[in-house]
Formats: sequence, structure tokens, C-alpha cells
Amino acid sequence: MRTAFKLAAGIAMSAIAAVSQAQIKPSVIYDMGGKFDRSFNQASYTGAEAFKKETGISYTDFEITNEGQREQVMLRFAQRGFSPIVVAGFQQAPIVEKIAKQFPDTHFVMVDAVVDLPNVRSVIFKEHEGSFLVGALATMKSQNKAVGFIGGMDIPLIRKFGCGYEQGAKYINKDATVLANMTGTTPSAWNDPTKGSELAKAQFDKGVDVIYAAAGGTGVGVYQAAVDAGNLAIGVDSNQNYLHPGKMLTSMVKRVDLVTKTAFEDELNGKFTAGLQVVGLQEGGVDWALDEYNRDLLTEADIKRMGEIREGIIAGDIKVHNWEDTQSCTY
Amino acid sequence: MTAPAIELKSINKRFGPVWANRDIDLKVMPGTVHGIVGENGAGKSTLMSILYGFYTADTGQILVNGQHINIQNSQQAIAAGIGMVHQHFMLVEPFTVLENVMLGMEGQGLLARAQSKARKALNEIASRYGLDIDPDAIVGDLPVGLQQRVEILKALYRGAKILILDEPTSVLTPQETGQLFNILESLRSQGVTVLLITHKLREIMAITNHVSVMRAGKMVAHRDTDRTNPEELAELMVGRKVLLKVDKRPACPGENRMTVNKVGYVDDRGVKRLKDISFSLRSGEILGVAGVTGNGQSELMKILTGALQPSTGSVSLETGAGVHVLKVGEWPDAGQMRDYGMGHVPEDRLQQGVVKSFDASENAILGYHNKEEYGSPLLKPENIVNATLELMEAYDVRPQLPSLKTANFSGGNQQKLVLAREMMKEPDILIIGQPTRGVDIGAIEFIHRNLIAARDKGAAVLLVSVELDEILSLADRIIVMNDGAITGEVVASETNETELGVLMTSTADADAPVFEDKGHSGKYEKKEEAAA
Amino acid sequence: MSQLAAVESPRWVRIGLIPLLQLVLALAVSSLVVLMIGEDPIRAFKIMIHGAISTEFGGLSNTLYYATNFIFTGLAVAVAFHAGLFNIGGEGQAYVAGLAVALVCLTLDSTLNVWFIAPLVVIGCAAFGALWGVIPGYLQAKRGSHIVVTTIMFNFIATALMSYALVVWISPLGGNSTDSRYWASDAVIPKVHELAPSLGFEASFSLLSPVLLVALACCALVWILIWRTRLGFAIRTVGSNPNAATYAGINANRVIIITMAISGALAGMMAFNEAYAAQGRLILNFTSGFGFMGIAVALMGRNHPFGIVLAALLFGALYQGGTELQFEIPSISPQMVLVIQGLVVFFTGALDRLIREPVEAVFQRRAIANANAAVAGGN
Repeated sequence: MRTAFKLAAGIAMSAIAAVSQAQIKPSVIYDMGGKFDRSFNQASYTGAEAFKKETGISYTDFEITNEGQREQVMLRFAQRGFSPIVVAGFQQAPIVEKIAKQFPDTHFVMVDAVVDLPNVRSVIFKEHEGSFLVGALATMKSQNKAVGFIGGMDIPLIRKFGCGYEQGAKYINKDATVLANMTGTTPSAWNDPTKGSELAKAQFDKGVDVIYAAAGGTGVGVYQAAVDAGNLAIGVDSNQNYLHPGKMLTSMVKRVDLVTKTAFEDELNGKFTAGLQVVGLQEGGVDWALDEYNRDLLTEADIKRMGEIREGIIAGDIKVHNWEDTQSCTY
Repeated sequence: MTAPAIELKSINKRFGPVWANRDIDLKVMPGTVHGIVGENGAGKSTLMSILYGFYTADTGQILVNGQHINIQNSQQAIAAGIGMVHQHFMLVEPFTVLENVMLGMEGQGLLARAQSKARKALNEIASRYGLDIDPDAIVGDLPVGLQQRVEILKALYRGAKILILDEPTSVLTPQETGQLFNILESLRSQGVTVLLITHKLREIMAITNHVSVMRAGKMVAHRDTDRTNPEELAELMVGRKVLLKVDKRPACPGENRMTVNKVGYVDDRGVKRLKDISFSLRSGEILGVAGVTGNGQSELMKILTGALQPSTGSVSLETGAGVHVLKVGEWPDAGQMRDYGMGHVPEDRLQQGVVKSFDASENAILGYHNKEEYGSPLLKPENIVNATLELMEAYDVRPQLPSLKTANFSGGNQQKLVLAREMMKEPDILIIGQPTRGVDIGAIEFIHRNLIAARDKGAAVLLVSVELDEILSLADRIIVMNDGAITGEVVASETNETELGVLMTSTADADAPVFEDKGHSGKYEKKEEAAA
Repeated sequence: MSQLAAVESPRWVRIGLIPLLQLVLALAVSSLVVLMIGEDPIRAFKIMIHGAISTEFGGLSNTLYYATNFIFTGLAVAVAFHAGLFNIGGEGQAYVAGLAVALVCLTLDSTLNVWFIAPLVVIGCAAFGALWGVIPGYLQAKRGSHIVVTTIMFNFIATALMSYALVVWISPLGGNSTDSRYWASDAVIPKVHELAPSLGFEASFSLLSPVLLVALACCALVWILIWRTRLGFAIRTVGSNPNAATYAGINANRVIIITMAISGALAGMMAFNEAYAAQGRLILNFTSGFGFMGIAVALMGRNHPFGIVLAALLFGALYQGGTELQFEIPSISPQMVLVIQGLVVFFTGALDRLIREPVEAVFQRRAIANANAAVAGGN
């Protein structure tokens, strides 16, 4: 059934593409938090912008501000013939499920959640792999062999980050201390820089000198606390190295921008496929960031070592445990 | 002939479409006491505010000592030699007399020099006008009469040659009033011009040289005081003949309605507000409660009407609703008191008696709103409106518009509405506070007549008033309160203001009334508190 | 002076003309904002109005859907306000009421149909909302804790409680989701666009459901409560003059507690619309600030149910029109829409007297002039 659909869609799309490529109407719906959240909403935006720049095809986007809008907006996008509709954020998953059923000819891209429908491409990331990498780098650069993790809201996704980070840190030095704190159990934990800063300081008092935040807006407070204390910080989701040049050790990047751009390109080329995509290091879905802002913090040896670990994970020589598989961090 | 100290020519002042002052002409000769009388809202206060710079007249001229001057604010008024003593004092209570007097005139930098200068000037003024006062006393500790004296000193210290006094006697005991008038005499003899604003005709007759009468924003008459009489002034104020004397027959008291037994009340801060109050009230009589404001009358009224729990004592009621003994701890609320046959006209109708934002009809059922006759289970507006119209008809409340907001009625009409509400039910016991406060002379006459009528119909009336005239003319018996205790009981027809005044300032536990030169007020009795 | 006070400006001026002027002023200032970002304000407002009242894509019905929420929360604020209580806890009261929706639906939606579930949900929402209102009410009455402070605190407690409840109890296990599952479809009130075919018309998708009728019924009940019952009389007396209430034998403490219960119950009804009917599941932060919006709605509606309906429609239109505006003119961000909504609240609420006083003065003057002329004519 799915193959049949894909076939049909493929034929249809290529037929259209042959006539006029510019007729595709790609779109993005951002979750609450807005498109300039310096996190994955912004990453979708960056990808869409990159696509627009390369192809000259414009796209439409929308920022959700209340629950009442979700269904209405997605429906309007579908009704107006937008496709693909890239939807960022797991909160949107139930709505995607609803609307995608009503519009089987419209393509949806669900980022960070799984919606099992023939016209939905679900993309989830192996955040544990990226976190493993930055965890390894953290221990390499830690004077005290003590590294810290600040999570946002205490949910499985964030535990997955923390667990990968811990494995990476211990991979370099199995006696390394890894401290982890969650900012809270409610969504306000995503946007509490004050508390982020307090938690970071508490970890610094216990000897931590490299700290990784997977906490949305709360991270800003964590980074600032690290800068103030002369310690190093690790960014998340987008490349955040530029926030404090020379103080950000690296960032664990989730290439939502690539996912968005690829989805648009696939649509344009008539190659859109539905189904689940789990993207990790190998697929370029997650990575660590190296750029002019953190280049001076690293030696050639560091970079080489990181390359080896990266290859090791891709090759399967290094196994990174996914928290979600067992609901625990035992590896 | 000397120029008038103050001359006003064609002063006009409008607030929106309303003329507060219209074509006002006034001449006040120097070295005289000039009275200005008029009903509430006649425009007296507006006129004085124009003179003192709080308002600016729309048109018209002000001449002080023959000179045209332009008064835009109170500084300019003071510079022109005009001082004002407000009804509500503008004093800093924790400051000393001296500090209050020099307030705003401290000069620059260090206080000490200015202080010694002020002290000298203050002593000089005090001895010249006979205004004895201790410059180092804390103002908050002084009795009201002396506080008022500080206000006068403040004005004189600023060089006032013309002194405006706004309702100065409303807070004073008769003795303090006497002292104030002595001071005014002395000021007059020293060439100070006094403008006295009051609604008490007796005071006009006692102290002024000339009197001007205002009505509805206009100056309706100027008289030399020795060529007029209260009846004429009242008629000029109201615009028709007024009966000043209350016409009443002797009371024929019947059975006991209320017995108050050793009621005491200690407030939140532990101050004894009422001390062992005992008295009884019979049907067919009016019992007056006299006293300076703030000596426990308010608390007594609240307790008797169910708005406040006493700390000690009991009250027994014997009414058509049966016999009820009220005890501490199971005190009824105001609603139950009404069920027991009590009507209550509160001291301050805006504070308690009405809700300003309500329609008149809603206030007409306030306190009785649970009665079935107003509709059940939902309130029936037409029933309420009809009942209101009845009240308005009987008590001549104007305008007769049950749907008009209460705030839009004049004070007198609001009071009549409250009285109608409480009295039309013909309660066995009527507790009435300040029935004519802020009420025009015409309405006072009406209210007094109705109170007497209620008494003659058999109501037991407890009348609390700070107006001695009112108590003396309405009450059959009078109890006097000072500092939370009853200091004496007299028969109205056998007493006079002097005797009441003495009782109002004497302490309860001394057998003989204490005569002292300085007026006593509650605040001087602190030693006794400590002893108790 | 008494004459000035005795004349009120006509009713249509007070509840019609003045709010309209305020709205026009707010839109005028909004135009400047729109101009500043280089867009055409006229076009923007056209889109907003069209988006709010058009029926072709569910604009009007979504406006009505938002209005349903605002009516509930607006009534909640208004009822409390009549007792002199500033209940800013509508958000929390509605949020906690969402828990009642979840309790009823999660346990019973597989066994009972909508006819049985809906009344249970109404009772649950009202009860939970009332509980969340009555505690601050009790603290105000018996302990003198200021209602503003306690209701704010109770909003925070509600947020924490609901997050906990959603994450730990309600959301399907193991997921990152903070939402509940969807309630069974035959246990939920159908939306208008679902009902439409059986009623013989077509309607585009919207979140509007017949709960709007419940909201309107609540308006009528509140009107009766406030102006036709003894309790309402007592509420207004306590609110306008507590001394007079004591004088009248009204137990102010009791009235405060009861009023807060009613107010909380009304706020809780928002969950009935949002969490039960519109969304069909319990979502984290489903209240979306609608509880706070109730303050603006009550303010603009002058605490009268009829005014609240009008104000709720206006704010509903602003929300829906705002969505449409964002949709049609991408350079207008949600923040910009928020600015426009904020300006409306500002001019109708905070700056109320700026326009009210001069306009009323004009009409008072006219009325007095007419009255004087009539008197002169009569003589």
C-alpha cells in the first residue's frame, strides 16, 4: 500500500516537476516559542531560508501562539495546497495525525515525533550520539575531570541527551565525574535562565568546569554562568558557539535545517518519501560544531581524537546506548 | 471711610454647566467678624476657595484693602495677608506646635536659627492675641480645641490679617467653642478681620458684626448682625419660612423596650472604647446621647444595632417580636436586630446607610431585602419600585425617581430616604445617629417633626447627636458620654448647654464634675487607662 | 453641583459610543505600528476583519469559539468584581478544571456517550474551578489575605499541579508528550462543522461547538444572579460598600466565599469548552492566557453580561483576525498581533477615563441644556 502510494506520488510529482518546478508550495509551522528561538524552530527557518536562497522558491510559515490555532492553521495550509508542510515540535504530532489523514495527497514532515501515516515523513534524531561526542570532548578539556549537564524539563527526550553525554564523558575517562540536573518538571523549565544559572553555579562549586545545557532558553543562563566563572559551556540544537566566542567549547547540533531543506528539495525533485527517518551521525542528522568561534580552544590532537570517536560510532565500534530503549541509563 | 479688607465684585464660578457662584458681591470691613451662612451646596466653600486660591474665579474682581489682586494659588493668598483654618486640620500630628507653625517657612540650611526666630515670633503673637500654647507640645497629643489654635497661629505667623474659618465649631465642645470665640474677640480687637463660615445661626448671632447669606450660588442678603434674627436668616437661607423650634408635647413613656447592662467594648488594639454602659429605653420617649465625637457613641450604636460584638455586658430587648436577651458571644447581626423590631439610621449614611452606586430603589430595601414582599424567589423590581415610591411619597424625597442613582440625590434627600426606610416599618426601637448631619435647614425641620411623631406613636428612640441644639430640642432624657463612659443623665427640660458641656468633659468615676480651664478630650485620659 | 451629578449621559453613549471610540483610537495607534514595518494598515485591518467574520474558511465560527472562552472567563472576573474582589486567578481556575475533564473522560469515555459525559464534565469543571476560587476566597474572608495575591499564587500552583498531573498521571507513558490522549469521539460534543450536515448546511472546520450556547446561558444566569437575586443584591452591597453590608445584616465573609466559588466555577467552564469540546484532550497550558484575557473582557464589558458578550466577540475577532493577519502578511509577526491586541486592552481598560470623561461631559452638558430649556419652556 505504502509502496503503491509512493509510486503514484512519485509519478505524479515527476510529471508536475517536469512542467514547472516552481509550482511547489513548501511551508513550515513552528511550535510555540517562535521562529527565532535559537533552537529547532529557528533551525527549520534556517533550512527553509537556505532552500529559498538556492532555488528562488519562496515558502510560507506560521508561528503558533495558542492551542486554538494549531488545527486551524495546519488545515488552512493543507487546504491551500501547501506541500510539504514541515512541522517542528512533538506537541504538534496529534494534529499532524488528524490533518494528514484528511489530506492524503499532502506531504507532511514531522520533526521530533513519529506519525505513522503514508504521507508523513517522521524524522527523529539520535541525540544520544551527538551528546556522546560532546561529552567526550568535555572530559578531554576538563581540568578537574568533572563535567556537568543541565537539562530543561525532565522528559525522556532530555534524559536521552544526558545519558549520551555521560557515556561520552566516561568513554574518555571512566572516573570522570558527571553531574546532571534537570531544571524542572514543567514546561517553564525551558525558559528559566535564572534557575539555569543557579544550577550551573552549584555544579561549578562541586568542581565542574565544562557544562552542557539541553534546556532551551534556560541554556542562556547556563552559558552566562560558565562565562562568568571562566568555565566552558556546550550549546545545543543549533550551533550556539557564536554566543560567547572562545567560551563555548562546542555545540551539539541537530540538523533540523537540513531536514527541512532536504524535505523541500525532495518535494521539488519529486523524491519525497514518507516513513520514519532516524538520523544520527552517519546521516549527518546530529554532529558536534567546529567553527572559528571555538577553533582556538582545541588542539589538532583534540580534533583528531574527536574524528576517531565519530568514525567509531558511525562504524558501530562504539556503541551508544539510547535511554529510550530501556528507560534507563544502563550501558 | 477706610477701604474694605476684602471686596469681591461680580465673582462668577462655573463647574461645567453649574453655577457654583454667580454674581457674588461682598464687602468685609477691616477689624470685624463677618459671618457667611448658607445651606450645603449654597456656594460658601467655593467662594472661600476662590479667595484662598484653590480655585480661580471665571470672572470678577478681588480687592484686598482696596488693591486689586490676582489670587492664583494659596501662596499668593498668604502673601496678600489671607489665612485659612480648614474644617479638617492640616497639621502634622507627630510634630511639635513650633514645628507645625514654621512648616514650609523653615528657610534654608540649618533649622536651629530659624527655630529660635520662629519661637520668638510665636511667643510674641501668642501673647498679643492671647493664644496661650506650649510651643514644644506634640500636636497629636493636644485636644482638638488646641489643635485648632495651632492652625490659627500658623495663619497669623504667616502674617495673616484676614482669617477665614471654615465651620470651626463642628468639632468643638461648647466650652472650646466659648474659648474660640474669646480668641476671635481678641483678634478683632487687634484689627484682624475674620470671615466665619458656619451653618449655626446661634454662632452668627453671638460673634459676628455682619452676616451675608448665600443661597444656590448667589448672595441673597447682607445684614448687620444686631439688626437681624435667626428666623430671618433661616428664611433667607432656605427661601421660605422655617420653624426653628421643635413643636412637641411632653413625652408619655410606656413600657421598657431596651435595657443595656454594663456593656463594654475593647477594640483590636486593646483600647477600652466603652466602659460599663448601662441605661434603659422606654417606648414613647426620646433618649438623647450627647458627647463630643469619638467618645464611644459610634461603638455603642454599632453594638446596639448588631454591627459590632461587645466585649462584655448584655442587652435585653422587649418588643413586639418578643423578649430577647443578647449576650456576648451570641450577638445577633444587623439583620436579626431588625427582626427583633429595631430600626437604625446610621450616623454616617454614606459610610453605612446607603450604597452610593445603587439605584434609590435598591437602597430603599437595603437591610430589608430578604423580606418576601420584594419578590420570591427572585426579586421583583416592580414590587421594589412601588415600595420605594411609597417611601418617597411619605418622606417627600425628591426627585421621586426610584431608578435614579443614590449618589445623585442631595444629602438631605438621601437622609430622608434612609429615615423613610427605617421608620416606615414602624419599629419598636429606633436607633438614630446624627439625623440631620449635612442636611439642609428645610429638611431638618421635616426630620425633627417625624422623629417626634414616631415617639408619639410609641417608638422608643435613641438619638445620638453631636448637635447639642438638636439633642436639647428633641430628647426627653439625655445621657452624656465622655471617653467611653456615661458621665451623667439629665432631664432635657431641666438642663442647658453649660451643664451638658461640663458633663461632656468630666470623667465618669469622679463624683463631682471636674472644672478645668483647658478642654478635656479623650486623649487626656490616658493615665486613667493605665490605672485601669 | 448636584445638578451636574444628577444627569447621566445616555446609555448608548456609555456602552456603545465610548467603547467604539476607544476601539477606533486603539486601531489608529495600531496603524502606526503596522506602517512602521512598512505594511499597509488598511489592508491589514481588512484582512483582520475579513478573517474574523468570513464564513468561507471558518473565520466567523473560530471567532465565536474564542468568544466562548472569553465569555466564561469574563463572567468569572465580573461576578467577583461585583463583590469588590479582583479575581485574577481565572487562568488557574480554568486550568485546574481541565483536570476534572480528564478525570471524567479518561474513566468514562469508553462507557458513556456524550449525553451522559457532558453534564458530568460541566459539574466537574464547575466544581474544580469553584474549589480553586473558594480557597483564596476563604483566605480573604477569614484571614484577610489579599485576593489579588492569593489568586496569583494559585495560578502558579495550578501550573505546577497540572504539569505534574499531565506528565505523571495523564499523558500516555513513555512519551515526551505532555498531553492526554484524545477523548473517545462519541463522548465529546461534536463541533459545529461536524453537526452542520445533519442540520442541513455546510460549515468549514472550526473549533466552535454548541458550548457557545452554554456560555450565553451562563450570561443570562449571571444577569439574574446579580440583579434579580438576594445573593446578587448582597454581592453588590459587599462590593460597593462593605460597611453598608454589615449595617444591612449581610455576612460579608460568607458572600465573599460564595462569590469566589461562583467566579471560579465560571472560569472552570472554560475548560469545558477548551479541554473537552474544542481540543478533545487535555493539553499542557491549554488555557493559553484566556483566563487573563477575561480581565480585559470584563473591564471592557463593564462587568455586565451583555457587555461581556460584546467584548468577548471583539477579542475573539482580534484573535481570529490576528491569526489570519499572520497568515496573509508574513511580515506581521505574532508579536505584532499581540501589540494590536494589547493596544485595544490599553485604550479600553487602562486609559478608559481618557475618552470616557470628556465624551460623557459633552453629553451631560447637552442633557442639562435640554433640561434647562424644557424648564424655561414650561414656565
